[in-house]
Amino acid sequence: MSDCHDGASVTTIASSIPLATRHLVAIVGPPNAGKTTLFNRLTGLRQKVANFPGVTVEHHLGQVKLPGEDREITLVDLPGVYSLNPRSEDERVTHDVLTGKMKDLPRPNSVLLILDSTNLSRHLLLAAPVLSLGLPTLVVLNMVDDLRKRQGDLDAAILASELGAPVAMISASKGEGLEKVWQFLAGTTIAGAPKMARRVELPVIQDVPSCHKWAGIVGRSAAYKAPEPPLWTRRLDSVFLHPIAGPAVFLIVVAAVFQTMFKWAQPLMDFVKNAIGASGVWVGSMLPESALKSLLIDGIWTGVGSVLVFLPQILLLFLFIGILEDSGYLARAALIADRTMARFGLQGKAFIPLLSAYACAVPAIMAARTIENKRDRLATIFVAPFMTCSARLPIYALLIAAFIPDNEIVGRFFGTQAAAMLGLYVLGFLAAIFTAKILKSTVLKSNRVMFILEMPPYRWPTLRGLGLRLYDRGMVFVRTAGTVILLVAVVLWVLANFPRKPDGSAPEIGDSIAGAIGKTIEPAIKPLGFNWKIGIGLITSLAAREVIVGTLATIYGIEGGTAAQPETLQQALRKDLTPAGAAALLVFFAFAMQCMSTLAIVRRETGSWKWPAIQFTYMGFLAYVCAWGTFRIVQWF
Amino acid sequence: MWNLTPDPVQAHTGLKMQLGVNSSQQTLLDLQVGERGLLEAIDLPADLASRLMEMGFLPGTIVSPGCCAPGGDPRVFRVAGSEVAIRRETAARMRITRQP
Repeated sequence: MSDCHDGASVTTIASSIPLATRHLVAIVGPPNAGKTTLFNRLTGLRQKVANFPGVTVEHHLGQVKLPGEDREITLVDLPGVYSLNPRSEDERVTHDVLTGKMKDLPRPNSVLLILDSTNLSRHLLLAAPVLSLGLPTLVVLNMVDDLRKRQGDLDAAILASELGAPVAMISASKGEGLEKVWQFLAGTTIAGAPKMARRVELPVIQDVPSCHKWAGIVGRSAAYKAPEPPLWTRRLDSVFLHPIAGPAVFLIVVAAVFQTMFKWAQPLMDFVKNAIGASGVWVGSMLPESALKSLLIDGIWTGVGSVLVFLPQILLLFLFIGILEDSGYLARAALIADRTMARFGLQGKAFIPLLSAYACAVPAIMAARTIENKRDRLATIFVAPFMTCSARLPIYALLIAAFIPDNEIVGRFFGTQAAAMLGLYVLGFLAAIFTAKILKSTVLKSNRVMFILEMPPYRWPTLRGLGLRLYDRGMVFVRTAGTVILLVAVVLWVLANFPRKPDGSAPEIGDSIAGAIGKTIEPAIKPLGFNWKIGIGLITSLAAREVIVGTLATIYGIEGGTAAQPETLQQALRKDLTPAGAAALLVFFAFAMQCMSTLAIVRRETGSWKWPAIQFTYMGFLAYVCAWGTFRIVQWF
Repeated sequence: MWNLTPDPVQAHTGLKMQLGVNSSQQTLLDLQVGERGLLEAIDLPADLASRLMEMGFLPGTIVSPGCCAPGGDPRVFRVAGSEVAIRRETAARMRITRQP
């Protein structure tokens, strides 16, 4: 990061120093005002994501070292809000932090209120409640370059005296005008903000019309000239929201997302996979033969590696979403998709998360953050794992190849095997919309009327913004999924490697704890047509679905796994599993929540174990019942 | 389209009464692209209404319809310098008078 901070430098977050003793500055502003851009400008990479206790809303904390001084201040980036009336969770969090009611976070010493200068008449509405808190506040007017370019103007000095607070005119994306922000940050840490007399009395803050009237008076006396309508936005919208061209562009974007997730990510994923495999072998060759080596290489290295493999896919998806969101197209896509999604009880913004879930539920669930409505977001998170993710493909491919004869249906291009695969995709999709419909008409019922979506002007995404977003999401994934997988990998290794044989070597899988568990649960899975060997596969695949293929290969004693001799594993399965059992296993995998990473991410995004627990139970129940039904039905034929 | 003022002679007949009521109860849905309306009132519960007001839909503001999703729902409305998309059922609850 060479271009940052106007001469200031940043240091790592000293999490050991208690927050209460630090100087805390809150960044507040409406959505799309540029809060995060300013926050990133001021803190760079020295930031961390955290969730407030008990709520799903996350906040970023960042450290800023003031230029030419030793002192450090902490910045907290609060969720975007239009008002401080604590109605939504975002508003409650912002309100509670600013009034000092938030647990684990002291009341901020001062506030940076960031407003979009091209939309000032509306954004000034937030100034009234924030200023009436009485905290030293710097009013930061963002996108001033855009305002001037579109022939808008205002007098910052008059505005400052009207508001009784200093005003800075900046462009956060270009990093212009930040001197005043630095001065404010430095000034308040010594003596508090300069007190200024307010010329216009603040309105009753709960009453929107009176706030609006106040904002109108303030804006007029500051000679605020609203900018001309953004010409390029109008032009682009006439294409992107055109009755015919609009949906066409939308489909192209959808196809591009799909292509990215499945095709472009593949070489990168293979590369990571090979790198992890090769490094595992290399490290393994340096260690003496022992149980510890087996734990390190077969357990941890392979287990954590199986998660890291998804990192390229996740980063590519977030690059895509980042470009779509920062450019403003995502709002248009949500608009186009809204009517279709509304049929399933979801809303337009759920579209991209559900689409990405076809690759992997983990980034999809993280992407659901763009949905502000909490109930809609929960419903989207809940149904996303039903979409056929790429981790289901190995077992689908194995079972379909083993049990379904490849007959032609439509010429050479569409046969029975392809139809079976397509059928499984449809099955997952149907389960998702069925579940969404149930959720949205019961526990997550919300007012359908309230879909309000602001169409921001189109903007060029910045490399800096995209880079920080990728870094942020990548770290969240690696930390959350990585730590859980590490634990699960160790547990699974213990289950498969103990008790040791009398000579101290690893047991046959059937004699291990995992084998014992497989045999114990056999009565429960017998009605589905599975034997204890499949049972072991089901247990190991609780960590991640694709693990079952490797487990089955190990159980059936095939050296070199599936890649070397796929026929052998298929033959072994054909001997051990009836066609009805295979169909049941496919249905089971279509529905069951066998993914620790997903559960960990859901926990993180929803703030408690409640939702992942419900999700796990519901999906497991559905999987069991439907697999049983499938087994029975197929048996008849 | 329905901008009929009630005929004073027939003002008491049911039909005309209804037309009279209709003319004062136009909603955002009745506006064509290129037309403008003065927002009179929002017939929604207070919390939903104030949410809309925070987005700029304040009584007394000029609103004009813009682009829409295929099928016409949801539609973007230009209000107070920003563009905000809402669904049909929301637009149907916002009473306006058409402006020249």
